[in-house]
Amino acid sequence: MATAVRTTEQHSADTAVADGAPAVRIDHVHKVFGRPGSAQAVLDDITLDVRPGEFVCLLGASGCGKSTLLNLVAGLDRPTAGTITVPGGGRPALMFQEHALFPWLTAGKNIELALRLRGVPRAERRPEAERLLSLVRLDGSYGKRVHELSGGMRQRVALARALAQDSNVLLMDEPFAALDAITRDVLHGELTRIWAETGVSVLFVTHNVREAVRLAERVVLLTSRPGRVAREWAVDIPQPRRIEDAAVAELSIEITEELRGEIRRHGQH
Amino acid sequence: MASTETVPADKKGSAGAQDLAGLEAGLDALDAVQVRRTPFTQVLVKKVLPPVSAVLLVLVVWQLAVLAGFAPETKLPAPRAVGSSFMTLWNEGQLLDIIWTSVERGLLGFLAAVAIGTPVGLVVARVPFVRSAIGPILSGLQSLPSVAWVPAAVIWLGITDSAMYAVILLGAVPSIANGLISGIDQVPPLYLRAGRTLGASGVSGARHILLPAALPGYLAGLKQGWAFSWRSLMAAELIASSPDLGTGLGRYLENMREGSDMPGIFLGIILILVVGIAIDLLIFSPLERRVLRTRGLVSRSQ
Repeated sequence: MATAVRTTEQHSADTAVADGAPAVRIDHVHKVFGRPGSAQAVLDDITLDVRPGEFVCLLGASGCGKSTLLNLVAGLDRPTAGTITVPGGGRPALMFQEHALFPWLTAGKNIELALRLRGVPRAERRPEAERLLSLVRLDGSYGKRVHELSGGMRQRVALARALAQDSNVLLMDEPFAALDAITRDVLHGELTRIWAETGVSVLFVTHNVREAVRLAERVVLLTSRPGRVAREWAVDIPQPRRIEDAAVAELSIEITEELRGEIRRHGQH
Repeated sequence: MASTETVPADKKGSAGAQDLAGLEAGLDALDAVQVRRTPFTQVLVKKVLPPVSAVLLVLVVWQLAVLAGFAPETKLPAPRAVGSSFMTLWNEGQLLDIIWTSVERGLLGFLAAVAIGTPVGLVVARVPFVRSAIGPILSGLQSLPSVAWVPAAVIWLGITDSAMYAVILLGAVPSIANGLISGIDQVPPLYLRAGRTLGASGVSGARHILLPAALPGYLAGLKQGWAFSWRSLMAAELIASSPDLGTGLGRYLENMREGSDMPGIFLGIILILVVGIAIDLLIFSPLERRVLRTRGLVSRSQ
């Protein structure tokens, strides 16, 4: 617990230095795939700020370019036009739908590799990896191989590995989509808790409306082909929420109606 | 009633967190993958018994064929005659010398092939221009029997150890390089993306992500490379004859042919086979099994 408090303090110190700047600034970003002539616009003029410590869910149907946007923020791809800045510096951490853990390393060594690539001295890696495993409630799993872990445990190790990058920004690309409902529900609780403990800013991509409302402080709805910001909602329901809460359901219905409207537009042309 | 309403919010929160922890521990216990160990007796029955029975069966059929007089003793020697050739070689103290001459050459040549094939494979896999240039030749070379190089090697290098090593290298380097190339090609792109988000690119990406991910394919290439080394060496020893070279297994076999010593020829063939299998069983198979097992790619009983 003491270490978690330290991380929070450190984080708020960082944001004080950044002087009110957002954790992520997406400024008039366009992304076009393909050659000129047969080019297809995937993202059209996206402008979005994520405040330090904020939890934002990007929501949209298929073809809205939400994963593309996340790749751009992660620096895995470049925008065709516009800029993306991550003022806190460093590389944002990214979590995928697949756990993407390296099967030739144990759970603990996967985390240590992230620490090593970040430049953490050898002597500090093991205790830090143990601390992160304990943060995702996997004490004692340091020596486990990836194939010995369940799907939910793998995603928790992946979360610990992402946190090992000690980035101010955590990008999540439908990380719980492949899990069963019970496990997903538990991981929603864990993510909310860890987000509150670490003060990290989260940009979370999903097509699941209830998941978005369950987790986020702000839900941003994207249109499809090309992706534009259609509307956004501030979610004022206090945490800890449950996915079954009446307030969550009520807002989900409202957002789903809007999302369905967006999808219907595509059938009319 | 009033007391429940005055429960502080943070206390309620921590009770919720404990609920979650308990639920999570239960899920982990239910979902955890059980890793079973195969008992020793089962290993004995499943892994040792079948090959031993097969060898015994071959010996029995062989002996029966000899007893039935299918062929004269000069063409089909009895197992006992091959056994006594073996004992003669052993008593003369030559057996281990002959085996070691070939094994030493084979292993040294193989190690040199690894040292050359690995960087070649890495460059071909990662540099598109080089790949288009020599990739097809490299895979084509695999189908060229390396014994075809022996005449050229003998003229270039004379009947020397160098000629032997040249033939081994020409046989083994392509398969080692090709193994590494296909290992790298089969690395899931997701690992490379994950590596890049963690900050592994260029040399550190190759070291921490690409090479470990390609290891299973590379090991398969090494295994095949050994088989090619051994085969090439035996062919070279059979063809190239010089007192300077010493007597290896291939030369022993050829000497026996020149003396029309049929039990000796059978012994030579059996020794070449046994050494090839032994190196595979002692070095490559355990290595490969270990790598695949730690990645969860084979079950323990396999």
